[in-house]
Amino acid sequence: MTKKQRKMLCRIIAALLMMIVLSVFITEGLVRFILYLIPYAVIGYDILIKAAKGILNKQVFDENFLMAIATLGALLLGALQNGDYTEAVAVMLFYQIGELFQSYAVGKSRRNIGALMDIRPDYANVEVDGKLIKVDPDEVEIGTIITVRPGEKVAIDGVVVDGASSLNTSALTGESLPRDVKCGDDIISGCINLTGVLKIRTTKEFGESTVSKILDLVENASSRKSKSEAFISKFAKIYTPAVCYSALALALIPPLVSLPFSADANWSVWLYRALSFLVASCPCALVISIPLTFFAGIGGASKEGILIKGSNYLEALSQTGYVVFDKTGTLTQGVFEVAEISAANMSEESLLEFAALAESASSHPISKSIISTYGKELERSRVTDIKEFSGEGVTAKVDSRAVCAGNKKLMERFKIDCAEIDTIGTIVYLAIDGKYAGHIAISDKVKPNSEKAISALKKAGIKKTVMLTGDSKAVAESVAAELKLDEVFGELLPADKVSRVEELLCEKPKKLKLAFVGDGINDAPVLSRADIGIAMGAMGSDAAIEAADIVLMDDDPLKIAKAVKISRNCLSIVYQNIVFAIGVKVLSLILVALGFANMWLAIFADVGVMIIAVLNAIRALFVKKL
Amino acid sequence: MKKVYKIEVDCANCSSKMEAATKKTAGVKDAVINFMTQKLTVEFEDGADITAVMKDVLKACKKVESDCEIYL
Repeated sequence: MTKKQRKMLCRIIAALLMMIVLSVFITEGLVRFILYLIPYAVIGYDILIKAAKGILNKQVFDENFLMAIATLGALLLGALQNGDYTEAVAVMLFYQIGELFQSYAVGKSRRNIGALMDIRPDYANVEVDGKLIKVDPDEVEIGTIITVRPGEKVAIDGVVVDGASSLNTSALTGESLPRDVKCGDDIISGCINLTGVLKIRTTKEFGESTVSKILDLVENASSRKSKSEAFISKFAKIYTPAVCYSALALALIPPLVSLPFSADANWSVWLYRALSFLVASCPCALVISIPLTFFAGIGGASKEGILIKGSNYLEALSQTGYVVFDKTGTLTQGVFEVAEISAANMSEESLLEFAALAESASSHPISKSIISTYGKELERSRVTDIKEFSGEGVTAKVDSRAVCAGNKKLMERFKIDCAEIDTIGTIVYLAIDGKYAGHIAISDKVKPNSEKAISALKKAGIKKTVMLTGDSKAVAESVAAELKLDEVFGELLPADKVSRVEELLCEKPKKLKLAFVGDGINDAPVLSRADIGIAMGAMGSDAAIEAADIVLMDDDPLKIAKAVKISRNCLSIVYQNIVFAIGVKVLSLILVALGFANMWLAIFADVGVMIIAVLNAIRALFVKKL
Repeated sequence: MKKVYKIEVDCANCSSKMEAATKKTAGVKDAVINFMTQKLTVEFEDGADITAVMKDVLKACKKVESDCEIYL
C-alpha cells in the first residue's frame, strides 16, 4: 500500500467508527446535523475539494462532481425531511472504499505485470585495476569487457571472449531450455547466466542493446490504443454529461408534469431518485478494466516470448483469418545444407573445392553452406576476378581456370549446356572453362514445429494459410505439401510478395485480418503492408523488431497460434467486461429511476461491478494453458 | 527531443485528461501517457526550453487533475 492508500484507509476506518458511535447516541435537530457532518467531512473532503476545483477549472462532469452533488443533495434532503443523514455518509464511504480497492488492485496488478516484464539489468561488472566494480550499464562504452557471474543478467549485447556457460533465455524467448555459449559466440542482453563466469566484449551501447529495445517496446505497447479503448474514452465523454442531464430531467420533469393534477408533486421523492441515479452512473468499472485487460494480455504474451507492440495489434490479431508465411527462416530453418553433389568428370571433392573457392567472397546463405560443407581453410590467393551476378551466381578464376557457379540462368548467360535436374532443392550448377562440370543440390530443412503450427492455426479457425517464397516452384510445392498449406506462390521477388499480399488483402472478407509472418530480413515492406506483421525475432534481429507489429522471440511458428489464442482470450474478456459493466449500469439506472432501488443499492452495484471487472481483467494474464 | 517522466495518477480517465492537457501546452509537439507503466513521454518542439515547458505541463495537469504528480 502506498502512503496515500494508507491515509485513505485510516479515514475510512475513522468515519466508520464515528458512524457506529452516532447510530448509538440518538440526537436531534441541528446538533444531529452537525455531528453527522463530521464523518462526512472526514471521508469526503477531498471529493468536495476536487469537485470545486473541477468547476473552477471548467472540468465539470467528472465522478467527483457526481459524488459531491449526490451526497450533498442527500444531506439536504435529510435536513429537510426526517433527519436521516446516514445515507449520504454511507454513500461517500462506500465510494471511497471502492476507490481504495480499485487503486490497490490496479496498482498491484500493474506491479505484478511490470515485474513479469522486468528484464532490465541494474548494473554491469567492469574490471578496473584488477578489481570488479559495478557500473551503470548506460556508462559502458562499446568494446569494454564486462564480466557476468552465474546468476547475473547479461547487461549489454556482445561477444564472449572468455569462459563457457549456459544461459537462461526464458525472459526473452519464453523458452525454458538453457542455451549453451562458449568463447566467440554472440550473446544478447537480458539472458541470465546460469553456470560459469563469462567475459563479454560489448558490441553495442546499452541503449541499443536487445534488452533496452524490448523494454522500450513493451513499455510503450499500451500507448497504442485499440478500438475498444478508444470506444471507451469516447463513451465516457458523452456518457457523463448525458447522465447528469438525465438526472436533472428525472428531478424536474415528473414533479412538473404531475403538478397540475395533484397537490403533492413529490419533489423530494424525485430528487432522491435523481441523486441515486447519479451515484449509480459512475463509469469507473469500464474505464479502468479495459486498458487493464489489454495490459495483462500483452504482459502474459511477453512472458511466452511473444512481444506485441500495442493493444491495437492485439485486437487485430484476434480477428485474423488469413495467415501468409514467408518460407525461408519462418517455416524452414533458413540453414541450408548440401544434400547432394554430383560431378560430371572429376571427383566430388574437387568439385566442392572449386565451388567453395569461387563462392568464398559471397555472404549468401547458399555460399555459406557450400563453404561450411567444404570445411577446410580457403586459400583465397588461389581465387581472382570474382564477379557476382545478382540472383544468378558468381564467376571467378580459381587456379587460373574460369569457374561459373550459379543457377540455370547463369548457365544460359554463358551458353553452357547442362542437364535438367529434378532433385528438390536449390541447385547450384558448376562449369569449369566453359564446360558443365556438375551440380550441388542444397536444401533447407523444415522447422520441427512448422507442421504442428499450421494444424494449430487451422484448429484455431484460421481460414487460409498461404506461403510466399522466392525459391523455385518445385521447392515451394514440396514444402507446402509437407506442411498442408492451402496456397503457395513460388519464384517471387520481394516486390512480387507485396503485390501478392495486396491481392490477398482485396480477396479476403472485410472483417478478417491478414497476418504476414516473416523473418524480417528482406520482407520488411510486406510486414508493414499486411494488417499485422509478425516477425521471427531471430534472437534480437533489429530489422525484425523494427518492422513488425508482433515479434516472436524464439522463431517458433507454433507461437503464432498461441498469440492468436491469447488475443482472442483477451478480447473476449474485454467484451465480457463491456457488456457486463454497461448491462449492470443500465439495469441499475432503470431500477433507480423507477424507484425500485435506493442509493445503497446503487453504490453497491457500482463498486461490485468494478471489483468483478478488475478481477476478470487479470485473467488475461494467464496464458500458459491456452 | 523526447523525454520520459515518471508520473503518479490514480485513474485511467484522469490520465487521458492529463495527456490532452499536456498536448495542448505550448512547446509540446506530442505527448503520450502510459497509465499502466505510469510514464509520460513528451516530445518537445525544436528549440523549446524543456524546464519551462515542463513547468507549464505540470501546471496544466494539476488543473485538470489536482491529485496527479509528475516527477521532473
